[in-house]
Amino acid sequence: MAYSDKVIDHYNNPRNVGTLDKAKNNVGTGLVGAPECGDVMRLQIEVDENQIITDAKFKTFGCGSAIASSSLATEWLKGKSVDEALSIDNMDIVEELALPPVKIHCSVLAEDAIKSAINDYRVKNGLPALEMPKSHH
Amino acid sequence: MLTFPIYLDNNATTPMDPRVLEAMMPYFTSKFGNAASRNHAFGWHAEEAVDYAREQIASLINCSPKEIIFTSGATESDNLAIKGVFEMYASKGNHIITATTEHKAVLDTCKHIEKIGGKVTYLPVNAEGLIDLKQLEEAITDKTILISIMYGNNEVGVIQPIKEISAIAKKHGVLFFTDATQAVGKIPVDVEADGIDLLAFSGHKMYGPKGIGALYVRRKNPRVKVTAQMDGGGHERGMRSGTLNVTGIVGLGKACELAKQEMAADAARLSAMRDRLEKELLTIEESYVNGSVEHRLPHVSNISFKYVEGEGLMMGVKDIAVSSGSACTSASLEPSYVLKALGLSDDLAHSSLRFGLSRFTTEEEVDYAIGHVKEAVAKLREMSPLWEMFKEGIDLNSIEWAEH
Repeated sequence: MAYSDKVIDHYNNPRNVGTLDKAKNNVGTGLVGAPECGDVMRLQIEVDENQIITDAKFKTFGCGSAIASSSLATEWLKGKSVDEALSIDNMDIVEELALPPVKIHCSVLAEDAIKSAINDYRVKNGLPALEMPKSHH
Repeated sequence: MLTFPIYLDNNATTPMDPRVLEAMMPYFTSKFGNAASRNHAFGWHAEEAVDYAREQIASLINCSPKEIIFTSGATESDNLAIKGVFEMYASKGNHIITATTEHKAVLDTCKHIEKIGGKVTYLPVNAEGLIDLKQLEEAITDKTILISIMYGNNEVGVIQPIKEISAIAKKHGVLFFTDATQAVGKIPVDVEADGIDLLAFSGHKMYGPKGIGALYVRRKNPRVKVTAQMDGGGHERGMRSGTLNVTGIVGLGKACELAKQEMAADAARLSAMRDRLEKELLTIEESYVNGSVEHRLPHVSNISFKYVEGEGLMMGVKDIAVSSGSACTSASLEPSYVLKALGLSDDLAHSSLRFGLSRFTTEEEVDYAIGHVKEAVAKLREMSPLWEMFKEGIDLNSIEWAEH
């Protein structure tokens, strides 16, 4: 199948691959997907005292679209406040990467990963977890 | 000189041998006759060419030229064999035995048989991809009319114990059909020595053209008949109507002649090259060969690279054309049913690549493929959370994954 230029670019030059120290209180980690489905994303955010995301890292097991979706998500997260980050919608990712219908689940997974990382951060800092929309898969 | 991408997907289809094309060319233009035209030289020339091709084919699989029925390819041959036997032998019984790792052309035909009142037993395979002969014999009932087991598997290359299967079939008076699409022209296939009653194969897997295939139907000991699935002018002894694809037939004949001459040398060269490819790729940590390495076609290797996903890997190895056991481009997220039948977990099946070499594959191409795959696997593992967990000693089965 043909990938868009943006997907290929993210695949060839993934942004922000790596690992943050998940033990730190200001780091939120989201791990979503399942190996048997062929997609696992781990997305991490580091948040400063002003609730601004100063760093974001990912590692993804999955197809090119899954890698590109998570790579793009880390780019978008950096510099945003935690609240702003919550407004990232999977359809924004679909649009930016020109994902075909069979790859929409990759963007959904990236959105889930963002929300899950934020929740991890919230719970660590004594805030109630936000209700996660059940994956639309 | 290398040209990219390098084609290593020869189980899907092979390039045509230029000598085959050369043999076919006159039959497109000057010798264009209909092999069924009895009244003029155009028809006679075409018929002569078809008869000659029948001999070339018969000589490769050791049968009589009269036992070859031309079809459009292996899928049609599979359909004709299974549906044709089911209809022809309806008074004897309605039970067919096959295996879970068969090609879809056999499995879906069997599903159809079930819909029209037949009974089908799907034999499991072991971790090597081989059926259990004892299970096969135990599955036979007094209603069994056909055993349909493939010769060599398209995904992993595993060769079933054909002689033993045919001996069991014979002992119980059951017909034995084999889909030999991946085997004919690659390894010696002899319908007499192997005890085969019906055998399907196609041109484009053996350096011949697409759109042509054949079904071997035994005429003696026993005399086998199949009910036609295509009605019309009564071609091919009434078993398959339709104007013969003369150019395709000439091509298939030539491909068989070349295979007979070159198969042994090709197989020796390809298995050495395949073994080298495999040995090199297995130096990658956590990589595994799928299926039997002992009973295997000489040109095939199927390897899983744990903790990387097949489709992502395919994108990383864009300089080579291979196929993956991952099918997540399709709406279902189901990985290869063949690999799953061998007992592979979904994640390992998702992480597999199939390499199929050909007569035209060079050492230089294999060298390139080795380096290219190693690089891609390393890069993707660097990006894989599963690899990181594995390296940290975390048991992935201990994690509660969110199924989606």
